[in-house]
Amino acid sequence: MLFPLKPLPVVPPRVVITGAGVVTALGLGWKLNAEGFRAGRRAFRPVTLFDVSRQRVKIAAEVDLPKKFPATQLNHRQLARLDRAGKMLLLAALEAWQQAGWAAADNLPLVLGTTAGGMTLGEAYYRQAINQPQHHRGQATRAIQYQAQVQARMVFDALGFSGPTTIISNACASGGNAIGHAFDLIHSGQAERVVAGGYDALGELVFSGFDSLQALSPTICRPFDARRDGLALGEGAAIMNLETLDSARRRGAEILGEVIGYGTSIDQHHLTQPHPQGSTTLTVMKQACANARVTPEEIDYINAHGTGTVLNDSSEACAISEWAGPRAATLPVSSTKASIGHLLGGAGAVEAVVSLMTLREQWLPPEIEFETPDPACKFPIVQKPQDARVNVVLSNSFGFGGVNASLIFRRWA
Amino acid sequence: MSKIFVTGLGAVSPAGWNVTALIAALEKGEPLPTQPVARPGWEKTLQARLVPPPATRLEFLAHPRLRRSSPITHYAAAAALEALAGLRAHPAAKNLRLGVIACLQSGCVQYSCRFYDETLKNPATASPLIFPETVHAAPTSHVVALLENVALAYTLVGDPSIFLQGITLGAQWLEENRVDACLVFGAEETNWIIADACWHLDRRAIVTAGAGAVCLCRDPKLSIGVELAAITDTHPYSARQNQAQAAQAMRDQLGKISAGELLCDGTGSSPRADAAEHAAWSDWRDARISPKRILGEGMMAAAAWQCAAACAALAGKKFAVANVSLVGSNQQAIGARFARADFDLSAAALTGNIQP
Repeated sequence: MLFPLKPLPVVPPRVVITGAGVVTALGLGWKLNAEGFRAGRRAFRPVTLFDVSRQRVKIAAEVDLPKKFPATQLNHRQLARLDRAGKMLLLAALEAWQQAGWAAADNLPLVLGTTAGGMTLGEAYYRQAINQPQHHRGQATRAIQYQAQVQARMVFDALGFSGPTTIISNACASGGNAIGHAFDLIHSGQAERVVAGGYDALGELVFSGFDSLQALSPTICRPFDARRDGLALGEGAAIMNLETLDSARRRGAEILGEVIGYGTSIDQHHLTQPHPQGSTTLTVMKQACANARVTPEEIDYINAHGTGTVLNDSSEACAISEWAGPRAATLPVSSTKASIGHLLGGAGAVEAVVSLMTLREQWLPPEIEFETPDPACKFPIVQKPQDARVNVVLSNSFGFGGVNASLIFRRWA
Repeated sequence: MSKIFVTGLGAVSPAGWNVTALIAALEKGEPLPTQPVARPGWEKTLQARLVPPPATRLEFLAHPRLRRSSPITHYAAAAALEALAGLRAHPAAKNLRLGVIACLQSGCVQYSCRFYDETLKNPATASPLIFPETVHAAPTSHVVALLENVALAYTLVGDPSIFLQGITLGAQWLEENRVDACLVFGAEETNWIIADACWHLDRRAIVTAGAGAVCLCRDPKLSIGVELAAITDTHPYSARQNQAQAAQAMRDQLGKISAGELLCDGTGSSPRADAAEHAAWSDWRDARISPKRILGEGMMAAAAWQCAAACAALAGKKFAVANVSLVGSNQQAIGARFARADFDLSAAALTGNIQP
């Protein structure tokens, strides 16, 4: 039964990561992404997925999907129905699942963050309904497959598990909230294992939306740079397999890292603009630290939300600077959106995996185009590829609508 | 483990802008009249049950955040304010930390269609004012801005069954003392493309719109006399379990604990779409309410109406126990039991797997 809830554990279990999968424009899988992020490689190119000839901005970070999809338990018909977002989700989930070595199971929760789900199918539905209203072929399938929960079912069927699905759509905080919610489920004793992550594919409506807001950079996406002029869009997915430390030890699983804190709240300032001083960001960073029982002095790196827009970055910079206090002067911060763009509902999950990479491999991801810090930044931005001692990482995610999320990860040594 | 109580209900539906109108329509038992919805390229219209204009101008629309908001936000805000009215008036409820959980299936379709239409015509002139309103989190954000004292908010998407997962999450936030009260709302708006999509899936579907809200708390003094008794596991549809099997598993798990219970189910007027739920509850002989038969296919709003109607029946002391059955369209089946707070569930336990 979901309710009555299971009693809260006297001692909350530690939550460890035993599987991680990632898909971005830097490549498919951990290895290619780790190489790319470590070098600060930038993955932007002219958009090929839809017509951008009349848009103000014409680049994004597109994923190259494999020509042949890896074998799963999906049949040909199910595979044929997968849209771009569903394919990226499944690729990330498959990598994480195989790495974790989990077996088929019932009642295994799946928590996903997405803003658009199968929006490209919704767009196709709309175009056909307008342009060929009497032509029905494919419309019923599109009407079903565009829904995020149907994409989640594909993950079940592909990997052979099932359980409660929670799909969080807190805009661009969704992926961070999904990992955080999974952490909550395990930490509060409601689940022993959870598959969690986020995904979103590039789509015409969303691209046009950000372009209409003039939020897209017409030059280069440079988070926290005083000359920044907007964000760049990307696409991708990331999945983490989380479980209790006891569960991982029982299985003899390789532990990749530990989730130790999560904070989330909602900024009521404006639908699309953060509070100028980052008051909610400050709140969630404090919450996450209290939850993790760490202080800013113990954080070795912040993977910032850092979209590259004027308002987001100044707000986040204010919050980080105030939260970190004297520690700010030496606290390395960067935004990996400089490399792969803003993945919207996938961003927080991908950035969680990047955080895990820094802990596993002991380097910091640079922003190689960064030149002049915003005056609000009291902290150094990582500008060059560098090795570093990284034991604890904080990752921020914020969304339209005001939801803020902070996650804290610790190295497993 | 604390008890979880219902502290308020709200509803906006084709029957009107409050729970009273919803219950009156359900008690009357006659399907509400339909209105035509034109779709591009077709002479023949589709049918929908639309939310009537409110009798008076909604005061909350004066809030600066709601100026350009779409109908789904209006429905959600009205249902939220109704559900919170009692709590806000209660002297013991000052400075409560509120949680908000929004549940949506289709979400902000009106502005999404409008913005995409503008994009296709000329992206250079697509309105930047509309785009933010297309985001699933927009209604949540507006409602949160209106309520002000919100500490925590999630927007969940899925088929209508997730409304009860939203209730579970609210109970979890309360249990962990992260909030003092938690508002869970389900909302939808409709337009020609939703009617068209439903028509492609079921020729008899009559779409509708609106919102329903249930507010939860741990303090019995703030309760309307209704308690959350149980929520089953989710029974997901997968390659190994079809909708009928999932519905039956939910039914078996929910069981029945006393004679004279109410069932508030999610069946409408479609034999095909309702078959699994009908089969699962084929042995039910007690009272039953089926809001969709009267109101139409309201997706997440309909799930919220089911819960609101069940709780209203308990608050009105018409029943001691009310069950809610949600056999979702493409995700999972899940059920819940609410009970009158003064009803001794443990003494009444007769059958089923419920652990009182």
